[in-house]
Amino acid sequence: MVEKQGAAAAAINLTSNNQPMRKICLSVVGLIFVLFSGFAQNSSKDSSNYKSRKLTFEEANFVSSYYRQDGNNSAVTGGIGTEKLSDYSGTFDVKLIKYDKLQRKHDFDIEIGIDHYTSASSDKINPNSISSASHADTRIYPSINWTMENEKKGNTIGAGLSASSEFDYRSLGANVNFAKKTANKNGEFSVKFQAYLDNLKYILPVELRPPAQQNDDIDGNSYPKKSRNSYSASLSYSQIVNQRLQLMLLADFIYQQGYLGLPFHRVYFLDNSLHVENLPDTRLKIPLGFRASYFIGDKMIVKGFYRYYHDDWGLNAHTVELETPVKITPFFSIAPFYRYYNQTAVKYFAPYHNHKLADQYYTSNYDLSKFNSNFFGAGFRIAPPKGVFGNKRINMLELRYGHYKKNNGMHADIVSLHLKFR
Amino acid sequence: MSKRESKKSRAVLLAAAVTTMLVLASCTSVKEYQKNKLNDSEMILGPRKIQKTELSFHSYREGASGVNGGKTGGGCGCN
Repeated sequence: MVEKQGAAAAAINLTSNNQPMRKICLSVVGLIFVLFSGFAQNSSKDSSNYKSRKLTFEEANFVSSYYRQDGNNSAVTGGIGTEKLSDYSGTFDVKLIKYDKLQRKHDFDIEIGIDHYTSASSDKINPNSISSASHADTRIYPSINWTMENEKKGNTIGAGLSASSEFDYRSLGANVNFAKKTANKNGEFSVKFQAYLDNLKYILPVELRPPAQQNDDIDGNSYPKKSRNSYSASLSYSQIVNQRLQLMLLADFIYQQGYLGLPFHRVYFLDNSLHVENLPDTRLKIPLGFRASYFIGDKMIVKGFYRYYHDDWGLNAHTVELETPVKITPFFSIAPFYRYYNQTAVKYFAPYHNHKLADQYYTSNYDLSKFNSNFFGAGFRIAPPKGVFGNKRINMLELRYGHYKKNNGMHADIVSLHLKFR
Repeated sequence: MSKRESKKSRAVLLAAAVTTMLVLASCTSVKEYQKNKLNDSEMILGPRKIQKTELSFHSYREGASGVNGGKTGGGCGCN
């Protein structure tokens, strides 16, 4: 969805575009209060060892973000033109727990998320209209996850289902996972298998469409459909090194098959001919990662992350992240962070007007080009014992801002809010 | 990938592997009652919920994905 960005475009009337999002936000806020009035009776915590076999409320979370970006290398217009885009997102999840006869803990996590974006570049899929159908879209993505933990044996198993729906893209996902702690409970190995079965509408740039699809008002079901399936296996091992240091090793193996490009990404060849992005129908990705958290003294924590990534399209990348939360008081912390990323280009990338007719695969998507980026910002978190703003039900409030910049000029800002309810 | 980049990647991976082995070799057994610092909410090894949108936009705007708690591919109109 954020993918749909690019070229020089007509100005977006943000005021009118925000109206659906306001309605969505108000609906989400309303939903939160309705749910909490229902859960209020179950939310008191029992300090005894009794473990309820009834399904009880554990916590709920509301996360909302505002993201905006701009740049001058939109894939929709062949690698030139504005990438201006703004996105509002909100997710709300409820966690419920119960214990069974064997004292195994069951966790149920139910989540619903909504994104709404406006994009100047997506508007260029059909630049003939004043404001085309593709200039804005809303994505809804519910999910449900269950885990069962045997605390005595140190085993956890789980499974989940997810869905995602927007105008031109539908997805169904499923996952299963297993985790096992070491005998001294200082280490844990986990494995997770995921599959996404996706369908997308093959919406071409307007100048390449057959006459029957020239008008944006046509029935959305009349577009041809393409499938994209993604399968992944995720392995991790976490280890406590001492009373202040813990680390984690991670590896993913991701295999994708199907239509892996996007049909509205234009590519202009050397001979001025226009094509749509064409990429191989399989992709194997192998990212390897390392995380560590270290508590320095009594007030400062250093968290690090490193990732090496390789795929069979020729893209190699390194990511380094550092975050240092500082506890100003036991209930208030500030966390500045910095992230550096660099990647090589995929074999099939060339800029505007650079592809040759002999090329079998081609794209001018600058997200697959060679670049490096810096992302930095800070967050603060308050979790007072009497509740945020004196409201005991609001257990924690966190606010975070980050600025992102690529060396090709693309830049973005993001601000996020997290409220935890108990 | 150029030979130079390949060598650089191998060197980084080798350094990470050696460091990890040395750190793992120095592990001490930590009892539950000694985990007050490890159990601090800021010490969590994975990403926090508030980073959800950040992780999504990184996977849209960058070619690499995975092992960071974000999307690994699929599930949305991203690469």
